Amino acid sequence: MLENFVTPDFYPAAAELFIAAMALIVLVADLIAGTNRRWVPALLTMVALVGAIVVTAATADGQTVQTFSRMFVDDLLADFLKLMTYLAVIMALVYSRRYMADRKLDSGEYYMLVLFATLGMMVMISASSLVTLYIGLELMSLSLYGLVAIDRDSKKATEAAMKYFVLGALASGLLLYGMSMLYGATGTLEIGGIAQALYQGNVPKTIAVFGLVFTVAGIAFKLGVVPFHMWVPDVYQGAPTAITLFLATAPKFAAFAMAMRLLVYGMFSLAEEWQHMLLIMAVLSIALGNLAAIAQTNIKRMLAYSAISHMGFMLLGLTSAVVGGQVEPFAVVNAYSSAMYYVVAYVLMSAAAFGMVMLLSRPGYEADTLDAFKGLNQRSPWFAAVMLMVMFSMAGIPFFIGFFAKFSVLLALIKAGYTSIAVIVVLFSLVGAFYYLRVVKLMYFDKPDDTSPIQAGVDMRAMLTINGLMIAFFGLFPDAIMVLCTTTLMRSL
Amino acid sequence: MEMKTIYLLIPMAPLLGAVVAGLFGKAIGRAGAHVVTILGVAVAFALSVIVFQDVQAGNTFNGTVYTWLQSGGLTLEVGFLIDKLTVMMMLVVTFVSLMVHIYTIGYMAEDPGYQRFFSYISLFTFSMLMLVMSNNFVQLFFGWEAVGLVSYLLIGFWYTRPTAIFANLKAFLVNRVGDFGFLLGIGLIAAYAGSLDYAEVFAKREELAALTETVTGWPLITAICICLFIGAMGKSAQVPLHVWLPDSMEGPTPISALIHAATMVTAGIFMVTRMSPLFELSDTALSFVLIIGAITALFMGFLGIIQNDIKRVVAYSTLSQLGYMTVALGVSAYSVAVFHLMTHAFFKALLFLAAGSVIMGCHHNQDIRYMGGLRKYMPITWITSLLGSLALIGFPFLSGFFSKDSIIEAVHASNIPGAGFAYFAVLAGVFVTAFYSFRMYFLVFHGKERFDQVPHDEHHDAHHDDHHSGSPHESPWVVTLPLVLLAIPSVVIGFLTIQPMLFGDWFGAAVFIDSVKHPAMSEFAKTFHGPVAMALHGITTLPFFLAMSGVALSWFFYLKRPDIPAAIQKALQPLHTLLENKYYFDKFNDVVFAGGARLLGKGLWKGGDQMLIDGVMVNGSARLVGWISTLVRFIQTGHIYQYAFAMIIGVFALMTFWFNRF
Repeated sequence: MLENFVTPDFYPAAAELFIAAMALIVLVADLIAGTNRRWVPALLTMVALVGAIVVTAATADGQTVQTFSRMFVDDLLADFLKLMTYLAVIMALVYSRRYMADRKLDSGEYYMLVLFATLGMMVMISASSLVTLYIGLELMSLSLYGLVAIDRDSKKATEAAMKYFVLGALASGLLLYGMSMLYGATGTLEIGGIAQALYQGNVPKTIAVFGLVFTVAGIAFKLGVVPFHMWVPDVYQGAPTAITLFLATAPKFAAFAMAMRLLVYGMFSLAEEWQHMLLIMAVLSIALGNLAAIAQTNIKRMLAYSAISHMGFMLLGLTSAVVGGQVEPFAVVNAYSSAMYYVVAYVLMSAAAFGMVMLLSRPGYEADTLDAFKGLNQRSPWFAAVMLMVMFSMAGIPFFIGFFAKFSVLLALIKAGYTSIAVIVVLFSLVGAFYYLRVVKLMYFDKPDDTSPIQAGVDMRAMLTINGLMIAFFGLFPDAIMVLCTTTLMRSL
Repeated sequence: MEMKTIYLLIPMAPLLGAVVAGLFGKAIGRAGAHVVTILGVAVAFALSVIVFQDVQAGNTFNGTVYTWLQSGGLTLEVGFLIDKLTVMMMLVVTFVSLMVHIYTIGYMAEDPGYQRFFSYISLFTFSMLMLVMSNNFVQLFFGWEAVGLVSYLLIGFWYTRPTAIFANLKAFLVNRVGDFGFLLGIGLIAAYAGSLDYAEVFAKREELAALTETVTGWPLITAICICLFIGAMGKSAQVPLHVWLPDSMEGPTPISALIHAATMVTAGIFMVTRMSPLFELSDTALSFVLIIGAITALFMGFLGIIQNDIKRVVAYSTLSQLGYMTVALGVSAYSVAVFHLMTHAFFKALLFLAAGSVIMGCHHNQDIRYMGGLRKYMPITWITSLLGSLALIGFPFLSGFFSKDSIIEAVHASNIPGAGFAYFAVLAGVFVTAFYSFRMYFLVFHGKERFDQVPHDEHHDAHHDDHHSGSPHESPWVVTLPLVLLAIPSVVIGFLTIQPMLFGDWFGAAVFIDSVKHPAMSEFAKTFHGPVAMALHGITTLPFFLAMSGVALSWFFYLKRPDIPAAIQKALQPLHTLLENKYYFDKFNDVVFAGGARLLGKGLWKGGDQMLIDGVMVNGSARLVGWISTLVRFIQTGHIYQYAFAMIIGVFALMTFWFNRF
């Protein structure tokens, strides 16, 4: 075998290599810097992420290149999602800096785990083989388990991490089982090969469907949609808020990429099959997420259920591509870009929402109840306004990004002929509007329980302001991101 | 600078002023608020002049500046249509607004809501500009609603006064009726023309004319035009949707001048003119417009005669003048309507601001029975008021003469059904206008000084109770300067612009007239031989005679023999009661509409709401939702084996389902 070995082309994976190297440097630098110079790993991590942006942007040429024996792909979709991931991670780090420092959690491991998780996401995004995908997934997941448990003294956090780990292992098992079935059915691990084999049609159907169902289950777990959602509320609530923010943002891009790579790139011939599965899970998620969120008094838990319903909404975009066996390129691009747009919008909104929770928290006090938002308008009119924008946007009220995200998904859904489904999910969004608006009501019409001034650094205030303004800005100019999503998909599908 | 940037800057400058004064009013203080808003409006005015010159040079613009979203065939966007009609409106709006901004410095000097007021009037200027500059119905509707909103906020500006709150609620509700029609009209257009862009809709006008509305079987174009005009009736206060305008005088005087005389209330006139390609297709709609306008022009004038509140006299005069404009629309003399709109904007804003100056001079007494002889104390206000009044009654060579006489001539030349009645109404209206205008003028500026007899419980602006003593005084320069600046166009603008605007094809393609079917304008043009000839001829005609007899009669009644009006009032008690109650429109609305609505509401509330909606749907569904969410919490036990179990069940269900499909 060794004589066949060809040195792979490292160029397309430059960003991954850079992040991997930086993660190791952070680990070593932290040992040298010691506990008194926490800024060293923090700064290096920032450098790593900004550097990755530069590398990815510089190597993004719009060409689809495969390397590492065609196990790794670099296309425009990968570049776009990676850039979004870096930005989400940067946002999460800015929001978390003070929160983690106050709780003495900003150790070197924290930064290293964040970087490894990011690396895992990047590998998932660029996977063009089932093996690569699985490696990326495990790298990300293991780092995330560690991050959830980073507050070792907190019973809640360790319990959440334990649950996440066990259920994650189960989900990985399901996914691996599905992958092995696919391998059995098609005789290849390479995603392009699987697509080809399925297209040609001479595969044992039973085994293929086995493979499909189990892979879909694995994807659904990562996205956190019904009935694979059970971990979401417990983990979101149990993890330190900074970790919840991290968990709720960047990995969504990776999970979306996983769905795209496995389902769209790998099993497009079975699109009508998996579209039905996703549709059922989407409607169930939207229903359950919105209904359950109403009963919550803990805002992190409420946002977790809201995340379930949002991911359900995103899935609706993935289900609207192929109608009646007809593959119409324009409709396909439209449907997938609406889903991708939804992920971008959701990440922006949930980052701001969890950011607000951290803004109101201080050492020894977690602002994770709804009551913490009471009378926020009197304490800080501007941040009340930011939260108002976030909540309006999540509820899908016009002139905010969330409206347009929902709108484009629904448009794709109706074009695909699922009008009744559209009506049902709109009704459930209406139910959802209740708990979003309740937060607004608490902020503006209730007296504050806690009148202490908000303690937050300039970086966090600035980031929240930018984040809030982005939600408003992209609501007014929705095309700005939409065009990016559409072009990306047009050139990578 | 590119023209497109200038177009965008014109509405944005006042908006910026409004935002700064509104959100940071406390920080920038009173002076900061008026500086920033006046600067914004001044920039808008200066740029409008540039645009005017550009349009004069023959450049028009119709295009999109910002697309919000596209849904199916409909596009929601912000776009500008800049032609001569637009640019004329822009000039009028920004100029009057600038004058009112300056005037407000003096008028609101002692008011605690100073910054809020400036923010509102700048916001109004922005909304009005968006309305007139629009090139599509969505933006038109946005501007339409936005000016309505600001009007609502400003009528209730002194929100601690119950009358102000009543008035602004009334204005809001009555306008809803009009807007309902307006929205229906827009909806019909969207449904049948498949577009909301003016140019695209106008291009399809012949197709639309051939259609009938599918549900009712009415001719489509008539239905559209009447629906749109109902919107105009609400905004431009035509009978029977006029009831809100007199009450709107509860707001501070500067906004009465800006919003309820010069600009917002003329939005309906502007809109119908803009829609002239559609209205030209329906004689039925034009007759409807004509008759409503004629009724408003005459009968609202009568009400002006018996009012004693200085602002209400001017308000009824505004109603009557809006009726004149509507009449001009009805006879397809759109350019004349807009011409009168322009001259009226100047002299009516002048009269309102002068009235405000009088109110300030008289220590916030508004009752003309307790004024008199003010010309000695307030010379500038006196002279400018006289000029404004003369312009209003149509004295030859003044601006109002040219526009009003043109309306009368156009009605005379028209052959549309209802033109005979309208001709009578506008002629009689001339006499009535002259009579009530000079009744007010004589009572305020001439005759015995009666300002020391003010009873203390009389109507007055609530915020200056303590200033009731002392003789009247002239207002400060910030108040008199706008008066002088408005008096100039009130005198000369008609003379200067009648030739190009009415007969020189100045509006070009902006106004469309089917001159075969509606020859009024072309007939009228044949008799026109220049402004001087028109004015000289005007002295020998019936309207001039009627106006002069109106002035003479009011002089005789109110200066020479003040006992006669009282005697007449006694003799014609039933008539006076009818006028006093404003033809019982308010009573009627109260009993029939408000009462009916309350009755219906009560029925719906008891039967529908409490039983069906609250009982079954709201509480029922809330209970259901609550029950489900509790159930979900119950399932979400926190036990990991149950979570895992749920996942396995999920996979199992998917598998079973899909195996059955194959």
